Amino acid sequence: MPTHPPPLAQRLLKSFLRSDLAEEVRGDLEEKFYTDLKSKSVFKSKLIYWYQVLNYLRPFAIQKSRLSYLNNYDMFQSYFKIGWRNLLRSKGYSLINISGLALGITVAILIGLWVYDELSYNKHQKNYDTVAAVLQNNTEDGKTETWSSQSYQLGPELRESYGSYFKYVVMSSFASSSILAKEDKVITITGCFMEEYGPELLSLDMVKGTSSGLKDPSSLLLSASTANIFFGADDPIGKVLKLDNSVDLKVIGVYQDIPDNSSFRGELAFIAPLQVLVNRGGRSFGWGNNWLQVFVQLAEHVDMQQASIAIKNAKMKNVEEDDKRFKPELFLHPLSKWHLYSDFIDGINVGGRIQFVWLFGLIGVFVVLLGCINFMNLSTARSLKRSKEVGVRKVIGSGRAQLIRQFFIESLLVVTLSFICAIFLVHLFLPLFNQIASKNIRIDWLNPSLWVALSAFAMLITLLAGSYPSFYLSAFSPIKVLKGTFRVGKYAALPRKALVIVQFSVSIILAIGTAVVYQQIQFAKNRPIGYELNGLVTVPMQTQEVKKNYNALRNELLTSGAIAEVSTSETTVTNLWWSDWGYEWKGKDPSSPGHIYRGAIDYEFGKTIGWKIKEGRDFSRDFPSDSSAFILNEAAVKYIGLEHPIGETIRFYGRNFTVIGVVEDMVTQSLYESNKQTVFVLDRFDRASFINVKINPEAGASKAIEELNRLFVKHNPNTPFEYKFADDEFAGKFSFEARVGKLVSIFALIAIFISCLGLFGLASFMAEQRIKEISIRKVLGASVSGLWQMLSKDFVILAAMSCLLAAPIGYYLMNSWLQLYEYHTTISGWLLLLIGIGVLVITLITVSFQAVRAALTNPVNNLKTE
Amino acid sequence: MIETKLGEFEEVILLLTGILGEEAYAFKIAEEFESQTGRSVSIGAVHSTLTRLEEKGFLKSEMGKSTAERGGRRKRIYTITAYGKKTLTAARDFKQALWNQFPGLAMRIVVG
Repeated sequence: MPTHPPPLAQRLLKSFLRSDLAEEVRGDLEEKFYTDLKSKSVFKSKLIYWYQVLNYLRPFAIQKSRLSYLNNYDMFQSYFKIGWRNLLRSKGYSLINISGLALGITVAILIGLWVYDELSYNKHQKNYDTVAAVLQNNTEDGKTETWSSQSYQLGPELRESYGSYFKYVVMSSFASSSILAKEDKVITITGCFMEEYGPELLSLDMVKGTSSGLKDPSSLLLSASTANIFFGADDPIGKVLKLDNSVDLKVIGVYQDIPDNSSFRGELAFIAPLQVLVNRGGRSFGWGNNWLQVFVQLAEHVDMQQASIAIKNAKMKNVEEDDKRFKPELFLHPLSKWHLYSDFIDGINVGGRIQFVWLFGLIGVFVVLLGCINFMNLSTARSLKRSKEVGVRKVIGSGRAQLIRQFFIESLLVVTLSFICAIFLVHLFLPLFNQIASKNIRIDWLNPSLWVALSAFAMLITLLAGSYPSFYLSAFSPIKVLKGTFRVGKYAALPRKALVIVQFSVSIILAIGTAVVYQQIQFAKNRPIGYELNGLVTVPMQTQEVKKNYNALRNELLTSGAIAEVSTSETTVTNLWWSDWGYEWKGKDPSSPGHIYRGAIDYEFGKTIGWKIKEGRDFSRDFPSDSSAFILNEAAVKYIGLEHPIGETIRFYGRNFTVIGVVEDMVTQSLYESNKQTVFVLDRFDRASFINVKINPEAGASKAIEELNRLFVKHNPNTPFEYKFADDEFAGKFSFEARVGKLVSIFALIAIFISCLGLFGLASFMAEQRIKEISIRKVLGASVSGLWQMLSKDFVILAAMSCLLAAPIGYYLMNSWLQLYEYHTTISGWLLLLIGIGVLVITLITVSFQAVRAALTNPVNNLKTE
Repeated sequence: MIETKLGEFEEVILLLTGILGEEAYAFKIAEEFESQTGRSVSIGAVHSTLTRLEEKGFLKSEMGKSTAERGGRRKRIYTITAYGKKTLTAARDFKQALWNQFPGLAMRIVVG
């Protein structure tokens, strides 16, 4: 009869039944089955068999767990000993494994610290979950822009009409530098002007005095370090400081310095009452004048989302009829998102730094993975050497689980050693890393949770690196291994090859990333900027004194010979941010907002920065009518749509201006965006806030600055002298990209190095394994170059395949990164080709070292024992 | 009170083992149990009880000869020990003694 008991049930029975019962039980059940068959259907008999098997799931019949109660301590001790000896026996491979893993772990720890620091931003604030900034979306020409600035009207409106949602509503100025003075001690310092309850909303830690009192317009709060500068160990409370040479303020409290991982880092050296700024005048208080930031703290049990929706039309309701077309919509941006999610496109939050957190996190994971791959590849490649040991161990009675444990312990040894190295490396390179990443990360080595995290990380890596080798090695069949017929199959090397390709692909993608970032920075640097950065210095006009004495200072500077030209302007040329709506011209589309950027300058400004007049002429004192003249840039000509701009009339705030000249476009804002339409106009309202100084190239920069300093202090004894080189300011425009580029390039180098280490190990192992073959070939007349080719070919093919795999991925990723920039380079095929060739050359060099050494050995040495 | 250490099911299995003699192995005992009592039982349950009875010393067992009918696998043949027999008798006697004290019923059984 061909019918048999159900095989699955039989397998189940076998899996749990005590082996000494197997014979009788299986016999009984089979006999039962065949007896049943005589009187019952096949299906029913099988069902009964299943029932019988399941009924053997009884304590007496079930196999005892494989975990014996033997004392395994000695065995573990032996594993460590054997593992250690194995490490020492093959020092070269151990070195490759440990150094590769250590480098990977170092990178991962550093990146982990960076990510932790980024994620911890603002978390120290007690009101982390309830504080938000009020932002607004304005739509102009179909494009929605998101601003953080608000009008002076918004604070009272939120308090009155939406008061139930908020515990505090606090208006604050944007951080700006001010002069604080106590008798002869005068310093420039960055702080904010805030309404009362600002310190409570920001949960500032008070060291001395009180935080409530900003309502009094003569009060002042200082940070601990600012207080220390002025008063040292003395009690600052009640002392008086002079702010911006104009008002006397009394210190009422001192708060703990703002931590590094705060959005207010470096912005709150002092807090003065907002009323001081209002009293100073020169500010507009309409709903359309945005110059403040507004922070709120939610009342208890109020949902952030709910409050955000509620205030949506708070501005729209009140704004002048004319400004309604911008459709201003207010919303809340929670404190928890300020740092990592601060980018808005078309009014929608699209992330921000969080992308870099992900990017670096991914890089960290991949770099560790590269180190793990080295370990896996070298362990499995050298498996033939360990196969006899595995065979003997199995014959003597070692179970597979024990062997797996043994190989895991060997991985643990390697990982532990790597970790020790990595911790030293992290300690060594942290200052450098901080410098490059512009961070101030410190490691508290005594923090137990750090060690818990590190140990967990080590365990994870052990599992990751050790699992494949231990399962692979422990699966060898002892009979084959000991009989000598054991062959590593043709496809055994396949996973290894795949892993090498992964390694190299990751390295190549990182290399492409580095190259593209640098190319983009270079591209932006080489962009024609339209003015002369060299020798251009800007000095802020912080006090009335400087404005009053400007002409005298200018004359003396020019006669000193060190300075070529001096002028004033409202904004610096490297950051011309002021813009207005409502420009009118003939033939203007009535729906266009007439939005143009504005540079309020004086007669010598153009000469100082060295702009290039394309048409018409510069401002000149010879033409009194120039007080109502415009100079446009090319972008403005295009924006307005003028064919012959010279002599055209443009209306602005009820006045007619005549276009007298056109200048070439200048990079006055982001390097990565198109040039903005800009008008230049003579400053009629005494708005000048910067002195622009062009150094006489013959005088030399250091001498000129010395002279500038001397004369500035002579004319303005109560204002600290500050200056900035325009090219430094300009470099700030790509400092972030430069920093990212530098970090990615370092990671790419480390990735390539780790990959090459692994390749080096594999190549040396191949050469060692094939040494007899090579010797025989040599005896039979093979040339060194032929042997070199034979040994290198495989690896070069792997590298080439990685190139083919990585190039499109790298291209795609970096191309989408470049699309984020309006002004961006394109990735050329040459670049990819160059990187490909570079990788092939590096591979060839790495492999050739071993190949040539093997090809040059004397065959006699290797064959004499046969 | 006499400690018989025998459950009802155990007692039946022990009796069946004695009845089957040379053929007393788990499968046969289970079959016999079903045919004699009309109650179904799994081989596993019988086997479990046999093992327990062996531990208590009422049974002993040894592997029989291999036969072709069950794929050449041997059977474990159980035989009742003297201690087992004594316990069975004691259990029976104990119950008999109880029956004898049962008014009205003892007579009928004696007659029946």
